[in-house]
Amino acid sequence: MATIEIKPTDTEGASNDPRADASITLPDKVEMKKTREGFGRALADLGEQDPRIVVLVGDLSESTMVHWFAEKFPERFIQVGIAEQNMMCIAGGLAAMGKIPFLATYGAFASCRSADQMRVTVAYSNLNVKIGGAHGGISVGPDGATHQAMEEISIVRSIPNMSMVVPCDFWETYKATIAVAKHNGPVYLRFGREDVPVVTQKETPFAFGRGEVFAEGRDLTIIACGVMVYEALRARETLAAQGVSARVVDLHTIKPLDRALIERCARETGAIVTAEEHQVHGGLGGAVAEVVVQRHVVPMELVAVHDRFGQSGKPAELMDAFGLRAKDIVAAAERVLARKPKR
Amino acid sequence: MSPTTPASAALEAAHRPGRLAWPAEQLAAKALDIRRDIITLLAKAQTGHSGGPLSSADFGAALFFHEINVDPARPDWPERDFWHFSIGHVTPVIYSLMAERGYFPLKDLMKFRAFDGHAQGHPSRHDTPGIEVSAGSLGQGLSVCCGVAMAARIDKHPRRVYCVMGDGEQQEGQIWEAAMFAAHYRLDQLCAVIDYNRKQIDGDVQDIMGIKPLDQKWRSFNWNVIECDGHAMPDILAALAAARAHKGQPSVILAHTVMGQGVSYMADDFHWHGKPPKMDQAEAALKELGTSYADWSARLLAN
Ligand SMILES: Cc1ncc(C[n+]2csc(CCOP(=O)(O)OP(=O)(O)O)c2C)c(N)n1
Ligand SMILES: [Mg+2]
Repeated sequence: MATIEIKPTDTEGASNDPRADASITLPDKVEMKKTREGFGRALADLGEQDPRIVVLVGDLSESTMVHWFAEKFPERFIQVGIAEQNMMCIAGGLAAMGKIPFLATYGAFASCRSADQMRVTVAYSNLNVKIGGAHGGISVGPDGATHQAMEEISIVRSIPNMSMVVPCDFWETYKATIAVAKHNGPVYLRFGREDVPVVTQKETPFAFGRGEVFAEGRDLTIIACGVMVYEALRARETLAAQGVSARVVDLHTIKPLDRALIERCARETGAIVTAEEHQVHGGLGGAVAEVVVQRHVVPMELVAVHDRFGQSGKPAELMDAFGLRAKDIVAAAERVLARKPKR
Repeated sequence: MSPTTPASAALEAAHRPGRLAWPAEQLAAKALDIRRDIITLLAKAQTGHSGGPLSSADFGAALFFHEINVDPARPDWPERDFWHFSIGHVTPVIYSLMAERGYFPLKDLMKFRAFDGHAQGHPSRHDTPGIEVSAGSLGQGLSVCCGVAMAARIDKHPRRVYCVMGDGEQQEGQIWEAAMFAAHYRLDQLCAVIDYNRKQIDGDVQDIMGIKPLDQKWRSFNWNVIECDGHAMPDILAALAAARAHKGQPSVILAHTVMGQGVSYMADDFHWHGKPPKMDQAEAALKELGTSYADWSARLLAN
């Protein structure tokens, strides 16, 4: 017991698995759907598959879309009222008794209001609690800064035992919700408020802990999560027209991080742009950079929110104003390519 | 004293084989051992809390050796009651109770807070078998117990749930979220015990941030409120029995105690909240408790 076991929490082998990489090309007009709807639909289906699933909510049943579960399984649905700290620990108690509790609230409150409860009761005890953080990111829109959760990745990934998934669209949120229910341990799921482009399909491969190459490329890799995956795919089209070949990786699982895939992208493409709807400090870009500086150093650019609170506005306006668009990824790609050593 | 008739007691014993139901005199003797453990392990470690563990020793003994239905050899026994100390800092009494009850060897107490032991400064599920949920950040335990009670309700399981809280801890807002929740869902299998020793780190609870009238607060939150002398074993047993018999509401026992109870120079002095006795002080304390460091540490190490 005097020796401290150093166990890498990040994944290595996963990306070496034989995989059918999705090759995603977007049509001109993409179907729009809410990621949180994927969460709600998956919970309703999970409830049927596994009697251990319990859902808790803090007075946000419809906005987190857990109301479908509530209608089907009222005896396993717990309304906690507006008490997120209480809810986090109640979920811990349920998990200690062998339930698989999913709690749902806005990400701003799940990550910040109940951070201590997540750290001590849930994570330190390594309890099988699933935290659903809805309304992540600036695209929450008119509610403004208080409701635009943009610190979740840095908070959650710094806590031992926690895992985290930031799915990119409806289908991926659906699959991620099913997948984390099967993973034993605390997981934070982040999803958004708005209708966002559906870039994947029901059949697109998804594995917890493994990044997906959504489109191949040679000159650089764009690593994105959440709604920024769509922007990355659009950026790739623009870059292709300029003769630049960009790989796009959907790194939905922030933790455990698919380090092997990140290293491979660094080696094979020699430059990385990350894109996330989150603060730049400690987010996806930081997580990727931690791997890059230790495994294979290449120039990087980080597309993110640069240390400022959000504000009210239409989601689209805000995505533009905060530099979270395909054109911003293209500009970052141009910067990173300029820094890339010439062969 | 106890509302259970002999016949129903026999019935209950059959259904709750992990419940020891010791009589008061035997419990008082065990509580004395627990105080000896607490002083000895603190003297050895030279780190840790004295005051709260000593005030909790009597109702702690009543919980572990009379009330709760557990199997220390199988901490995950499905039929078990759930017990949880929300006041994670009272690990000296928690570990003493666990070791005396048989969760782990008594000698482990001599590695309290040590790098090469499992007995962390605050209870850790990862390290100590039988600790079901880690604690140490005040105010979280009653919520955890609400979750456990809800799980029992979903499973239609007769599990009882015991949560020990501090009186200073009552200042945490989350407790009142949990209080509201437990009453709303009528979690009558839930019993909270408050170590009402009137002291916290910085001084008298009433001076730091008054909690009075605590009984009325809990009553107005729709709880069944029971008060008892937290150092009088028959009184404690009556309170636990009353909580067990009460239906339709969760129960809270305000156990009126004295911080540092059992050691004359610690009694009622908040300075002893978070520090251990020095070795000479420990000898004096153990003498009052009818033993010595040499004898009691030998007892612990032999088991
Ligand atoms: C959230 C939180 N805040 C502060 C502390 C530090 N702390 C530990 S014990 C304590 C006093 C607790 O008072 P009480 O509940 O009366 O316990 P007693 O002193 O009687 O043992 C404090 C402030 C903590 N552990 N958790
Ligand atoms: Mg106190």
